[in-house]
Amino acid sequence: MAVITYREALNQAMSEEMERDPNVFLMGEEVGLYNGAYKVSKGMLEKFGEMRVVDTPITELGFAGLGVGAAMAGLRPCIEFMTHNFAILAWDQIFNSAAKVLYMTGGQYNCPIVFRGPTGAALQLSAQHSQALEASYSHFPGLKVVTPGTPADAKGLLKAAIRDDDPVIVLEAEMLYNLKGEVPDGDDFVIPLGVAEIKREGGDVTILTHGKMIHIALQASQKLEKDGVQAEVVDLRSLRPLDLETITQSIAKTNRAVYLEEGWTYAGIGATIVATLQEESFDDLDAPILRVFQADVPMPYAKGLERAAKPSADRVVDACNRVLYRNER
Amino acid sequence: MATKEKAKPVEASRNGGAEPLGGLAKEQLHLMLYQMLQGRRFEEKAAEAYAIGKIGGFCHLYIGQEAVAVGAFAALRPDDYVVTAYREHVQALVKGMSSREVMAELYGRRDGSSKGKGGSMHLYSSKVNFLGGWGIVGGQIPLGTGVAFAIKYKGEDKVCLCFMGEAAVNQGAFHESLNMAALWKLPVIFIVENNRFGMGTAWERASSLYDISQKAAAYDMPSAVADGMDVLDMRRVTLEAVDRARKDKIPTLIEARCHRFMGHSMSDPVHGVYRTKEDVEQAKARDPIHTFIVQLRDGGVLSEEELKAIDERVQAECEDAAQFADQSPEPGIEELYTDVYRVENEHGRLFFDRKNRLET
Repeated sequence: MAVITYREALNQAMSEEMERDPNVFLMGEEVGLYNGAYKVSKGMLEKFGEMRVVDTPITELGFAGLGVGAAMAGLRPCIEFMTHNFAILAWDQIFNSAAKVLYMTGGQYNCPIVFRGPTGAALQLSAQHSQALEASYSHFPGLKVVTPGTPADAKGLLKAAIRDDDPVIVLEAEMLYNLKGEVPDGDDFVIPLGVAEIKREGGDVTILTHGKMIHIALQASQKLEKDGVQAEVVDLRSLRPLDLETITQSIAKTNRAVYLEEGWTYAGIGATIVATLQEESFDDLDAPILRVFQADVPMPYAKGLERAAKPSADRVVDACNRVLYRNER
Repeated sequence: MATKEKAKPVEASRNGGAEPLGGLAKEQLHLMLYQMLQGRRFEEKAAEAYAIGKIGGFCHLYIGQEAVAVGAFAALRPDDYVVTAYREHVQALVKGMSSREVMAELYGRRDGSSKGKGGSMHLYSSKVNFLGGWGIVGGQIPLGTGVAFAIKYKGEDKVCLCFMGEAAVNQGAFHESLNMAALWKLPVIFIVENNRFGMGTAWERASSLYDISQKAAAYDMPSAVADGMDVLDMRRVTLEAVDRARKDKIPTLIEARCHRFMGHSMSDPVHGVYRTKEDVEQAKARDPIHTFIVQLRDGGVLSEEELKAIDERVQAECEDAAQFADQSPEPGIEELYTDVYRVENEHGRLFFDRKNRLET
């Protein structure tokens, strides 16, 4: 197993799939000559040429829709958004076109397309560049949504997304691109959609999370360990399809859970998971599930305010202690 | 609020070009007349069915604009693609979908082209490369551009016709698409059906520039104005654009000036606050079917018997389509959850209510 960065893992996934299938192409702003705004597609233009690594104008709605049309005509586009904040301009094409092609055509046309790019806050990028948008995407039937949090998951899930015959949203994170980790070798390393992974085992409380928040959850679990609490960290990895089985099994073991997400709480991923778990795991729970999330405000710029707005390991520790009825504050 | 001066009428049609009747054989001319009449009668039948509640939802009729679809499609090969908006029943028929499958879709029945899941605004056929059928004004324009991208990517010599109403021209999607199509030399022909009304807003109240074809200049793209009430002029103009797209991968913007004789949709009267009765009457005086019949008669290629035979065939076909649709069963409730995903992945839950809906 090689140790590579998250961005290299994404690059490998796309390059391998483009070698495997001539209908796969990459399109987006700065993906070619510039090697990617975050250097994810470094070297790909040279390798695949400008018909398959396509630099676009700044025209998100346009190239997202172009991708959908191309997918209906038999190609398998991988559309990169410089960030998913900019994809909001393209949501008409994602929600009104891509997500509904198969249904409205009565199954005649499908839409094998990937919309990928970073989401969530980096550092001091303020309100318009710091939004965690997974809840919005997950809301729409017809879309699949994955949130890789490690280099291995980035490679395996992106490969699965490109091979999937439905539209898949891949949510990455600026703060993860430099992250190094072990990634299995070989073209066949694919992580099926809909399979969660237990990133850390523990028997006292379950921290449910996804995407880059797994690292906050792992930090929190280390702090809790010093205090004698063993937290289990369940990384959903895929929000739709959702591996409910792994979640409920973990709760059956720990009887307590905290949902950690980067985005806002209202109508968030955690809200849906908690609602689902009160149906599925009611008898297994010894305490109400608590949620840790971003402050319910647009992201501020000032360092201190931004820190206060983001979810933190300390907040997760606090929430875990509360569901364990310890250290009531 | 001051608005632009009212439009000048379309210049006299250049019609089919140098040769009389576009140089077309009698069979092809009769086919075009058949298609125009089929479109007209089909829409009349749909209006009847709507009035008695057999068709629901939104239903946008094409009556008055038949020459645009028939003329434009006469310039295509069968394997070329069409992407369009929601006033598309007649376009679907002319592209080769059967009146039965289209009518059954309007009725929301199992034998409809989308199994009753799409309805009037969402007609598609993978058999004849008709890619619908889109309900968000302008949303189909990037899709048509993408189909053309795929054609070029695969090294094919097909083209894509991408239709829109004139109101879509004010959407960002129009400008983004024309820019990409011209920049990347994609084989797409954008046809703007300028029937002068975006629902109830007249074009001169909606656009700072009256001549839509001029907008192509912003993208260094060839453009043309066609008389959308003259099927031969429509074919001639489209053919030039199709040739350019097929041979040289150059896109074109065509403004087809036309009139709808109906309201925006079935829930909207033909004339009223936004359009005078006189305006509608004036438009109807240029009925494209009547115009074409006169052209054919004058050219000596259409007898009364032939016209009668075509009209009877069309009437019978529309009657049959309505009966077929009426007899087709409603889609089964098990269809509710099909076609949401092509692949229901082996792992994980994709639907979050299925348990409540079907298992209880």
